[in-house]
Formats: sequence, structure tokens, C-alpha cells
Amino acid sequence: MSADTTSAAGSAIGEVEGASLYDVDHPAPVIEPPRARTARTPKTTRGNFEMVAWLFMRLSGVVLVVLVLGHLLIQLVLDGGVSKIGFAFVAGRWANPFWQVWDLAMLWLAMLHGCNGLRTIVNDYAERPKTRMWLKGLLYTATIWTVLLGTLVIFTFDPNIR
Amino acid sequence: MATPTMDRVEEGSAASTHLLTVTFRIRRFNPEVSDEAWWQDFQLEIDPKERVLDGLHKIKWDVDGTLTFRRSCAHGVCGSDAMRINGKNRLACKTLIKDIVSLDKSGNVSKPITIEAIKGMTVLKDLVVDMDPFFQAYRDVMPFLVAKGNEPTRERYQSAEDRARFDDTTKCILCAACTSSCPVFWNDGQYFGPAAIVNAHRFIFDSRDDAGEQRLEILNDRDGVWRCRTTFNCTDACPRGIEVTKAIQEVKRALITRRF
Repeated sequence: MSADTTSAAGSAIGEVEGASLYDVDHPAPVIEPPRARTARTPKTTRGNFEMVAWLFMRLSGVVLVVLVLGHLLIQLVLDGGVSKIGFAFVAGRWANPFWQVWDLAMLWLAMLHGCNGLRTIVNDYAERPKTRMWLKGLLYTATIWTVLLGTLVIFTFDPNIR
Repeated sequence: MATPTMDRVEEGSAASTHLLTVTFRIRRFNPEVSDEAWWQDFQLEIDPKERVLDGLHKIKWDVDGTLTFRRSCAHGVCGSDAMRINGKNRLACKTLIKDIVSLDKSGNVSKPITIEAIKGMTVLKDLVVDMDPFFQAYRDVMPFLVAKGNEPTRERYQSAEDRARFDDTTKCILCAACTSSCPVFWNDGQYFGPAAIVNAHRFIFDSRDDAGEQRLEILNDRDGVWRCRTTFNCTDACPRGIEVTKAIQEVKRALITRRF
């Protein structure tokens, strides 16, 4: 047949031949993919958490488009842009409950949306259970801290602070 | 063996003008030789109307008998020879050389055809992978008819409309091209993967089946349909043209409408 092989000179088979560590009785370890499914993989977890999280991502995303774009427009574009922002500007806005609710909704939705997004990324990419646990622990701590601190500031903001 | 293949090879060498010199760059792995995979080039004179599988056969039968790959029916039905050809999951028996070869202006082949095992599964040798995790996910969605009540004395009737509801997903041949093209599956093999969801879809939307609820509950899992990122790799990879991502989305919709 007209077939011809041009095996690369530096291929592994050439180099290790004769002095190979591996043979029929001692095969090399195969490379297994992360977290393969076996018969022992836990079956169905109860509850709808994943579905609720998935729905939350869609719904909060839609709301955030309005909230965040509106926020950016007001802060950065209208009325002289970013140069107008100062303590007085923030104090003036937070005197109005409408902007308090706006900022509160934006804070909670953005933090939970981002937290859930990072959670899925950790689930997708972290292979070892310990890595997953630490990354998620760090993520949840940071999220809860930011959400609580932000909420506290919005509600207890004192425009007369010295 | 397959006489049609041999006939065509003979024809080809008689009128060798239309033959192409194609390089098959195959990712080899043999744990009895080395713990590392390596790329090996094979040059073949091949009719562009032949399939990639014919090239692999030529190599295995005439050049290097150690080349290992799976194929059974060789006509796109058994789903044994899914492999990564030029970076895309395809069936070697359904991929024509002329469709994937890149020619320069003078009509010469400018790039080798790369062939490797499908991703996300343990490579056992060359193009052969361990399919156990794939079939475990398949088993976990209960891919069989579950019907309550008395067994009818005749066949279970179904209207044409009811049959059409899940027609697309009956086409699956379990070749694993979709599941092994899914980036979520590459990183986390506990995800059910597109193929298992497609086969669950086939029964969830079957009017004769009574365990749809149970299957939905299985796919509501942490590793179920909610992990799908709708990258459409599976739909692109499917050699049977199943709209895999659409099927997954239909399962998601069924789960949501079931609750609310």
C-alpha cells in the first residue's frame, strides 16, 4: 500500500524503548479525569436549591441591568458626571428612601448574583473537595460580610457625621 | 474484511491522480510503553471521498498494527468510533476526508488531520477511552420504559403527535460525542452530561411512560440539568443532528413549570 509512516524522531516511544519503566505486567498509570461518576456517586440530592439558584440568576440579572445601568448613568454621566460626587451628593441621595431602596436592592442582588456565579465556577473548576470547601468558605464569608456591612451603612448613614 | 473499502482502495491506486497525500497526526498512548501520550504522524495516499475511518484502517492493517481504536458497524449507527478529529468530536465513519482536509492554492494538503481520543474520559490506549462513567450517568437516569397499571394485551398505543414530542432524542446512538465535548463535563465528571439528559428527555416526554416525575427529580440534582451552561458544544458535536441543548432546556422548562 502507498502508506508511509514518518514517526517523529523525538517521540516518546523511541526514547523509552528498551529501557522502559513500563511493560505488559507493569503498565503506566492512566490519567483519570476529575471526579468521575461511579455507581457509588451519591444519588439525587433533595430540594430545589439548584433550580432556585438558576432562576435567581436569570431574574436578578434582568433587574440588575436596570439598577446598575441607571446607577452608572446617574453617578457618571448626568449632571456633570463623576466630578459632582462627594459626601454631600451621597448624603443628599440617601436622604430619599427611594434611593435607599434602590441601593439596597442593587447591593443584595449584585452580591448574591456574583456569589452564586462564583459558586458555580468553583463547582466547575475546583477538583479536590478541600479546595472546594475553602474557596466556597472564603466566598460566602466575603459575601455575607459585604452584604451586612453595606446594609448597615445604608440604614445607619448619618449625614452629620464629623 | 470490509470488501467495499478494499475495492475502493484498488480503484484509487489504478487512477492515482485524484489521490491526496494526507498526514494523519494521531495522539497515541500506550501504558505498557510509556506514561506519556505522544503524537505520531502517518502519511497516506487517500481518496478524498473516503472516510477518516478508512484512513485509520489503512494505518492499522498496513502500517502499524498497534494503533488501537474502537469501531463496530463503521456506518454511523453503533456509535463506537467517536473521536476528536481536527479538534471537533465526530464519528470517524461519518467524516469524509474532503470535508476536513485543508488544501492550499495548488491543491496540496497544507495541514495534517489531527485525531485524538474524546476528552474528559480516561484514555486506556490510543483512541480507546473508559466509557464506564458515561454509561453510569446513562443508567442513573433510568433509560427504560416505566409503566404503571396492568400490562395491556396489545401494544401501547400512542398518537403521532405524542410520538413526535420526543422524536429528536430517540436518535441518540450513545457515542459520547456530546458529553465529551461539554466543558462542564471535562472539569467535573459527576455532571450527568448531555447524553444522559437526552436519554432522560426521551422518556420524560413519552406519553406511555409514568416515571417522568422521578427522572425530573434525578435531573434536578446538583449535578443535573442546572449545570448546563448552554455552550451548544453538544449540539455541534452530535453526529445524529440531535438538538441536544434544546432538549436540555426543555427538561429545565419542565422542571420549572412543574413547580410553579
